[in-house]
Amino acid sequence: MITESIYRDKTVVEKIIRQIRRISLKRPVKIMHVCGTHENVINRFGLRDLLPEGVEVIAGPGCPVCVCTAQDIEFAFELAMKKKAVIATFGDMINVPSSVGSLNNAKTQGADVRVVYGPFDAVRIARENPKKQVVLFAVGFETTACGVASIVQQSNLPENFSILSSHRLIPPSMEFLLGVGDLRIDGFLIPGHVVTVMGLAQYKLFPEAYRMPTIAAGFEPVDVLLGVMAAIKQINQGIAKCENVYRRAVHDKGNIKAQMAIKEVFDVVPAYWRGIGKIPRSGLRLKERCKMQDARYRFDTAETWDLGLGAGICPSPASSPQSLPLNDINPGCSCHLIMIGKIKPLDCPLFGNTCVPEAPYGPCMVSMDGTCRVWYKYKRFKI
Amino acid sequence: MCLAIPSKVVEIKGAVATIDVHGVRRDINITLLPEEIGIGDYVLVHAGFALQKIDREAGDDAIKLINEVLEGD
Repeated sequence: MITESIYRDKTVVEKIIRQIRRISLKRPVKIMHVCGTHENVINRFGLRDLLPEGVEVIAGPGCPVCVCTAQDIEFAFELAMKKKAVIATFGDMINVPSSVGSLNNAKTQGADVRVVYGPFDAVRIARENPKKQVVLFAVGFETTACGVASIVQQSNLPENFSILSSHRLIPPSMEFLLGVGDLRIDGFLIPGHVVTVMGLAQYKLFPEAYRMPTIAAGFEPVDVLLGVMAAIKQINQGIAKCENVYRRAVHDKGNIKAQMAIKEVFDVVPAYWRGIGKIPRSGLRLKERCKMQDARYRFDTAETWDLGLGAGICPSPASSPQSLPLNDINPGCSCHLIMIGKIKPLDCPLFGNTCVPEAPYGPCMVSMDGTCRVWYKYKRFKI
Repeated sequence: MCLAIPSKVVEIKGAVATIDVHGVRRDINITLLPEEIGIGDYVLVHAGFALQKIDREAGDDAIKLINEVLEGD
């Protein structure tokens, strides 16, 4: 694309940085993004080093693979091992540890676990293997959920195909974080592609109820810096509104067709987030009329379960809403603090020592969107 | 995982379009797109689905805006 290169242009970046430096901050500001791709761009292009003192950009829970509970992984593991189902899932998911191991461990023990690029690949696998049950282990935020919803809407899905939905929604987790007292966030950068689907309206809550400047930003260095600049300006002026600096992809209303697909197929339910706990209205569960496509229904008769707690064939955790699901965070692991931006990977004694991408101890070191994995990749560690 | 990549449309056959990203081609589903697309358009693609047509004019607008904001630099 002709104009796309300008979003990486060094001169433009330098100009924006100069503009940001010219803003005289009334106090230090902390801006949180909630997107693994933003964390990648920030590290890949060294954007944190360019920002002036007093401007901090921290990473929130923007990695769907990281926040998928161990219980759901264990459920998928059991389906692969005991029910001999083919598990189709997205790349990083197969390496995330759980109490029984990762899906990759299941694969080395003979289970049929496959990495797919999109939901259609899983449907194709089901067509090609009519005698096997094929389960799409679907993780991801709204951006991924609309594609999964779209295939459920198809009338000719193969009978041996079902979905284990571990989809999560972004805004409820942001609202949850605002309740974490000592986090002190001054503004949000929100992920452009999620807003491309869902639109800006559902984010108005943040400026209106919480006085949080909320900026939809894209994924090139210029996009991120424009977002940071817009947030700082609002904070400095004492105003809070939703702004869109990713206009080439984000329309204010989002993609109505994709929103309708999600609405028709999924119910919004409370869900557990790994290391964080239960967040109201933050998960997507297949609707009652789609239950034949729901792996939790197909392979388990339990009527009640919370999203993120696997299903009846796994041991169920303590029922207190505040308690974390069992086995979620290993002893000594800091992922639960890193995921909410409370500490940085460098603050974790395991980072880069006993926890490395080849042998991840916690989920944040597994996924390409995990903060620890990103920091490790771009060598943000002490030598 | 969450990459959404701007990709050029080179062929359209019903619900499926072929995209080209730096010479790599693959088929994607375009049923979720809210508007018509044509050959040569750019779309944002995620997990095999086109999610939105990239608005080149809005992009140009944004660049103009960047330049205006920074003109006095």
